[in-house]
Amino acid sequence: MMVGAAHALRPQPARLVVENLRIVVAGTSTDVVDEVSFTVRAGEVLGLVGESGSGKTTVALALLGYHRRGLAVGGGRVMLDGSDLLAMSAEELQGVRGAMVSYVPQDPGSALNPALPVGLQLGEILGAHQDPGVSRDADRVTEVLAEAQLDATREFLRRYPHQLSGGQQQRVAIAMAFACRPRLIVLDEPTTGLDVTTQRHVLETIRSLCRSYGVAAVYVSHDLAVIGQLAQQVAVMYAGRVVELGPTETIFGAPAHPYTRALLRAVPSPERSEVLEGIEGQAPRPGRRPTGCFFAPRCPDVLPICRESPPPFVPLLAGAHLVRCVRAEEPVTRSVIARTVPASDPPTSLSSGTLEVRDLSARYGPAPVLYEIDLRVGPEQCVAIVGESGSGKTTLARCVVGLHDNWTGNVDFCGEPLACGARRRTKGSLQRIQYVFQNPYTSLNPRKTVGQIIDQPLEHFSHFSPIERERRVVAELEDVSLSSDFLGRYPDQLSGGERQRVALARALVVEPELLVCDEVTSALDVSVQAIIVELLRRLQRERNLAMLFITHNLALVRSIAQTVVVLSAGKVVEQGPVEEVLERPRETYTIRLLEDIPKLAETRTNGGRWR
Amino acid sequence: MAVPGTPIDAPPPGIARLRRHEWLSVLSRAVRTRRGTVGLSLMALVVAIAVVGPFIAPNSPTEFVTAPFSGPAPGTPLGGDALGRDVLSRVLAGGWLILLMAAAATLFGVGAGAAAGISAAYLRGWADALIMRSVDVVLAFPSLVFALLLVSIIGPKLWLIVLAVGFSHAPQVARVLRSSTLDISERDFVKAVELQGVKPRLIMAREILPSLITPLTVEAGLRLTYSIIIVAGLSFLGFGQPPPAPNWGLMINENRIGLQLNPWGVVVPAALIAVLTIGTNTFSDAVARVALGVGRQAEEITPLEGHVLVAPR
Repeated sequence: MMVGAAHALRPQPARLVVENLRIVVAGTSTDVVDEVSFTVRAGEVLGLVGESGSGKTTVALALLGYHRRGLAVGGGRVMLDGSDLLAMSAEELQGVRGAMVSYVPQDPGSALNPALPVGLQLGEILGAHQDPGVSRDADRVTEVLAEAQLDATREFLRRYPHQLSGGQQQRVAIAMAFACRPRLIVLDEPTTGLDVTTQRHVLETIRSLCRSYGVAAVYVSHDLAVIGQLAQQVAVMYAGRVVELGPTETIFGAPAHPYTRALLRAVPSPERSEVLEGIEGQAPRPGRRPTGCFFAPRCPDVLPICRESPPPFVPLLAGAHLVRCVRAEEPVTRSVIARTVPASDPPTSLSSGTLEVRDLSARYGPAPVLYEIDLRVGPEQCVAIVGESGSGKTTLARCVVGLHDNWTGNVDFCGEPLACGARRRTKGSLQRIQYVFQNPYTSLNPRKTVGQIIDQPLEHFSHFSPIERERRVVAELEDVSLSSDFLGRYPDQLSGGERQRVALARALVVEPELLVCDEVTSALDVSVQAIIVELLRRLQRERNLAMLFITHNLALVRSIAQTVVVLSAGKVVEQGPVEEVLERPRETYTIRLLEDIPKLAETRTNGGRWR
Repeated sequence: MAVPGTPIDAPPPGIARLRRHEWLSVLSRAVRTRRGTVGLSLMALVVAIAVVGPFIAPNSPTEFVTAPFSGPAPGTPLGGDALGRDVLSRVLAGGWLILLMAAAATLFGVGAGAAAGISAAYLRGWADALIMRSVDVVLAFPSLVFALLLVSIIGPKLWLIVLAVGFSHAPQVARVLRSSTLDISERDFVKAVELQGVKPRLIMAREILPSLITPLTVEAGLRLTYSIIIVAGLSFLGFGQPPPAPNWGLMINENRIGLQLNPWGVVVPAALIAVLTIGTNTFSDAVARVALGVGRQAEEITPLEGHVLVAPR
């Protein structure tokens, strides 16, 4: 199946065969996931890609014979070396889990028992699946940890999970998963939340372990670039169906399903400044899916026939590449546009809205977080602050807006110094600097309507009449591409992207001069992220906004900012124009950061192998 | 706070129904549970007797119509009391004031406690220390004894009893609401309004309070039960309405010496108080269960009273 890889020379037997897996909402015929079929060979990694709500985690859990409460298996088979996991009794499953199939969860911090040392937890899993006669020796624990590139010193084994870093925790979880030499391992976004460098090491570990022990792996992720580097095969899921299945290099190099193509176009690249294309609309929820192709309502290449009946799988590459699209065999000439845009020059016009940060040091209690930061955001300029988690980038943003008040130094806005906390700032300066929060699921009051949420700052900062305020709220909604229908809705009736647009509207309605965006797309799917970034870019241009864009995603920087500031451990490592820093980085930290980003382009050229 | 790069799944659609008049929805679903139906029926029965009773009483509650402690007879189905008044008429007329006082005390206690708890949690710092230490001091007093002390100094004024009973509830309510508020006040939507320089008072009233409706509803039900017991108990002890007035608590005290002659004078008011408290308690329990069971609301309710005394700053 895999072309160009060394072990393709000796074809492996199919280890995991999933046939027509169907998971339904318990007691109904509403399917969450249906018609899911794929095969994974020993030593092979299958990437299961999809956006939130696509059913990828549901499929992953079904591979362990498990489903969430409220769901039920509606049919199909999950064959592991010939035996059907879905037909097993609870006792049989207990014997299989951990020993033959194992699972690495997304958040190792909550999967490890916080009250037990890691050595003990590893010993437990080894003990649970061993013959009573075999002694549970410490050597085995050491060996297992060494495989996950952890040094099993006595001191390490005595540590509790909270004393380990996120990367170490995830390695312990991986070591536990591999401990009993399972035949199948299911990884559910195990590197989400890890820094790019740690992520790369963890991915390397997973890859080499699968290779050496002939383990079949299913790797669930929303991150296409990660999948591209790790998997030999990719299954793209949309609304509970696999829409495209094939070798990694084909999926990324010559995607045949319009959804896959759209997803790939939405991924920002650190190498080029590109227009990001999002996918408008939302995936239909279970029970509200259309009769024809589920992607038809959002598909740019839709035909009338697409809306009539579900499309069949079209086999390409002699059956190695399956596409659920009636137009799969047509050559791709559609929807190709020039995506590269010249990075806009910082405007030279002199207006208000200059932020100057000098010698800023901040601390959390006694712990210093930021050291002597200097940076400048000119009028109508977008400055990106990039850094890994813990670098202090969010603290920097919070100092600027006044949410964090334990700092020293100077923060001047339009030539006037800003007080530390928001409470001590003037109404005018509060209005001119607006902040957009990372998580749109917590930043909107769930008990208020969209109209009330956007009106609230307007009521506070302006003296407009209620009628004028409502006019402005509606105008603002339209500017963030939402209609006035949204006025009476509550946040939990909105999707993540819609929520973030409401949050943007709330910030922009008072006509600020500086917009501080703190990881505003990190809680969103890549297709939605692209829409929000494009929206921000347009609004910044139209409104002559200065913008401070905080992100951990270097690739995004290229698409939105003119200047970039790289932050590490509370210090500015490098700053300069985006092209210069991203193309000719001077500092080793920046170079390493750039190297460690998984990139789509590498997938295509390297055929899914590591550099 | 989300980990960078984690797409957060939207809440499942089922939860979307709970929103606007969330407390109404919680109440209506509580009524539909068996526990809730039983509780509400018991409450409704007693409340109906107390409210309608004064208008349908066959005799005046203070009129001497029969011999003291006489048994049930045609004109007086529940017999006579210690002074020969009609027990039935006194039962019918003697409930509304207890209910009114209990409700007023609950309203006052929950209101004052919520204000104290929310302010302490939101303002933090010295306000928190001052409020919560005062709460500790109040809690250190046996509240009923404190109420008795006040009443014996100032006299059995009804408003004083209402205030004293309400005041005895406030500390517990304050602790529960404080811990709920601690969680909510750290949410981003509160920070977003803080960034505008909106006054803390308005933030507490407009942003935080609506999110506390569920714990407040549960707390109010629980406190109502206690209020009824305490108000009736104080009446029994003579700290309530003065004697000629009909009052369930007072009736039990007046008639207990004639228990063997005419038990109805004690049993009926005692049973009504018992049924009422069991009813309110069962119903508030149903509300709490429904509220806890709805997932998202679970985090807003902290059933452990005062487990966070000093939150790390």
